[in-house]
Amino acid sequence: MWKLLQIELFKIFRRPRTYIPFAAIAAMVLIIQLGLKFDGRSYLELMMSSLSDSFYIPYNMIMNGYLVAFVILNTLLIQVPLLVALVAGDTVAGEANMGTLRLLVTRPFSRTQLMLVKFGASVIYTILLLVWMAILALFLSMLLFGTNDMLIARNNVMEQIRASDVLWRYIAAFGYATVALSTVAALAFLLSIFAENSIGPIVSTISIVIVLTILSEMRIPLYDNTIKPWLFTSHMLAWKGFFYSRSNGEGAAIPGTVENLPAILRSLGVLLAYIVAFVTAAIWIFKKKDILS
Amino acid sequence: MSTIIQVKELSKRFRELQAVDSLSFSVQEADIYGFLGQNGAGKSTTIRMLLTLIAPTSGEIEIFGMNLRTHRREILRRVGAVIEKPDLYKYLTAYENLSLFARMSGISPTSRLLMDQLEQVGLAERAHSKVKTFSQGMKQRLGIAVALVHNPDLVILDEPTNGLDPQGIADIRNLILHLSRHLKKTLLVSSHLLSEMELIAGRMLIIDKGKKIVEGGAAELFDPAQTIVELDTTDPSFTAEKIGYSIWQPFLQERQGGKFILKMDKSRIPAFTQDLVTQGVQVLAIRPRHSLEDYFLSLTTANQHVEAFTN
Amino acid sequence: MKNLLQYLYTAYLLLGSVLLLPTGVHAQDAAALLQKVRARLDQVNDYQASGLMKTNVSFLKVPEAQVTVYFSKPDKLKIKNEKGISLVPKGAVTISLNNLLKGGYTTLDAGMDTTAGHKVRVIKLLPQDENADLVLSTLYIDETRLLILKARTTTRENGTYEVEMSYGKYIAYALPDRVIFTFNTKNYKLPKGITFDYDDGSAKKQETSAGAKGKVELSYSSYIINKGVPDGVFQ
Repeated sequence: MWKLLQIELFKIFRRPRTYIPFAAIAAMVLIIQLGLKFDGRSYLELMMSSLSDSFYIPYNMIMNGYLVAFVILNTLLIQVPLLVALVAGDTVAGEANMGTLRLLVTRPFSRTQLMLVKFGASVIYTILLLVWMAILALFLSMLLFGTNDMLIARNNVMEQIRASDVLWRYIAAFGYATVALSTVAALAFLLSIFAENSIGPIVSTISIVIVLTILSEMRIPLYDNTIKPWLFTSHMLAWKGFFYSRSNGEGAAIPGTVENLPAILRSLGVLLAYIVAFVTAAIWIFKKKDILS
Repeated sequence: MSTIIQVKELSKRFRELQAVDSLSFSVQEADIYGFLGQNGAGKSTTIRMLLTLIAPTSGEIEIFGMNLRTHRREILRRVGAVIEKPDLYKYLTAYENLSLFARMSGISPTSRLLMDQLEQVGLAERAHSKVKTFSQGMKQRLGIAVALVHNPDLVILDEPTNGLDPQGIADIRNLILHLSRHLKKTLLVSSHLLSEMELIAGRMLIIDKGKKIVEGGAAELFDPAQTIVELDTTDPSFTAEKIGYSIWQPFLQERQGGKFILKMDKSRIPAFTQDLVTQGVQVLAIRPRHSLEDYFLSLTTANQHVEAFTN
Repeated sequence: MKNLLQYLYTAYLLLGSVLLLPTGVHAQDAAALLQKVRARLDQVNDYQASGLMKTNVSFLKVPEAQVTVYFSKPDKLKIKNEKGISLVPKGAVTISLNNLLKGGYTTLDAGMDTTAGHKVRVIKLLPQDENADLVLSTLYIDETRLLILKARTTTRENGTYEVEMSYGKYIAYALPDRVIFTFNTKNYKLPKGITFDYDDGSAKKQETSAGAKGKVELSYSSYIINKGVPDGVFQ
């Protein structure tokens, strides 16, 4: 199976369109970094508007690489699922469209193996996208803006994390983001089975993600307690939870802690369950499918 | 000689369409087996079932003596196929495509082997060109190279001459003959280019609307005595009347508008012509045809037309 | 009748003077007390203190921070986090008691009280400079030790601050071991559309109401006193 995976990755990375998401991420990251470099002050002033009356705000220290990376991730992790759908939605539909699917299915390995290898390749692609994002969003920002403590503006509290306490949180966040994006990849992968052209699965995946994200973010009591907790989009932001620390009795942040790790792990479980469900369904359906392309 | 393919009562139903209906046939070792029928007759569906692309609704398939359902991997390791227009990865070179599919077929090809394969199909010089720059004929040849690279015992070719020029068709014909005669491979070739089949196939199966029409050796099916004669006259109604009341009535296969199709021994054509003229039929043309097209045509549709005519 | 009136008037005068007498005496005492306290504070020209800063504000979740507090007479004070960021409340400059005692002011004796188990004299200061941000300061002074235990300051722009001091190692210099600084905070809220918080399904935090108080506690571990502090530190 490892040999098949190598072949699959070879096919993906020899294709020019594979590199579009990498270029898109680079462009988005650089645009945000440029914007913050030249006018990060305005952004910070908005973030700190409730505090600036009561506190002295060291703006130039707050605008550091760790915060810039957080801002970038905040923006990108809404768009990157769409880029993931671009490649994952093409995995099977693209082969059908090219006419190569019938060649693959007549090789001496099972359809299950083929599906697992194709999904595995999509996950590896997702990981590489995230590594690329980590290099640009985090390490390049650290280089351009320096490092210092990290301040995160939440809805009703401002969190501060010591500089020495930040990196492991980013590693955990990226790890979580891999699972979150793999969920989108799994959905696109499943939809890819039904089409002979990748546009259908890509657009469907993007539409589903957008609609479910809106449902997840809306505050409608009817949905809050019924379907929201079960939507995978409700759990895709949980990577942020790694940046929320626990506080002691006096309201101080305890370094090295996570405010609600069980909740993050529960969210992780939901996402993993979705991945298993989507991939299992994809394999089951594909095994029964008549290949007419 | 062992049986390489054994198909028993194979059927496939797509919703309302019975694409293949209780088909049974067998292919012997080192044979070139022709699989013939019009477009939509069920040839491709049958071939896809042999290659596990489509699941049969019912019936059994045995290849190399093994049940296809339970021994899929072992069987496919020894099968190479070109299914319709071979589509390969356009953004890869011929060499890369061949290497990729070779490895997926379970072999670890050396560069030498791959270049030899490309040489065999006349693509060695374009080995490192991207497939998107290839003509249809070149893609077809590359498809065949992919089918043969892992040295399969059974080669299935579905419409291998599609889109090829006469030279290309001749090349494919020679390759098929070479594979069978010199390399002792078993071949199943489907086509609607019946004239080509005639030249290469040992045994043949003709199907129509998913059903077997006839199966047999080429020699049996192509009896030169069964010549198809095509007759054009100025007054088809008058001609029909004359033929209808003559000794030639049993030879009539069908009437296609103003044209009459008959089947008779070649030697009887002059007598037929003379008789027509004597009876006052104004003959525009009599064309003897000897090809499978007509044979096929006659077999599959003649019955209905003749019945209609005689009634 | 006339005698009665005369008698009442004398009694009134006597009573009044008896009542007024302590005040008059205390008024002098208040100013004198302040002078003594000020003299003590004046021993210190500058200091550099290392300490631990704990922030207890409902909408701030920040870790305890090692800070350095720099002071230079008469009124320069800076709290610096050498290793990271610290959000220093405005008005923290009032923790420098010297700031409270600079300039001209009117002293008012407000009697006695108890703070942290100590009997204290309460003295109110009204700055004479009408344009000063400081409007009123109330000092709670331990007379026996000549130490200010608590100070409450009302400012024009930034509301009321309160500073509580406890003394130990550096009592000789009237420098506290611990300072608790309490101040007013504004309501903090950022719209969800900007923050995109992760909703972990737990009970929502109580929202801060306007007028809630924040607290910063500084625990000093050491002072370097009168060794000079460069001006550049206060930029």
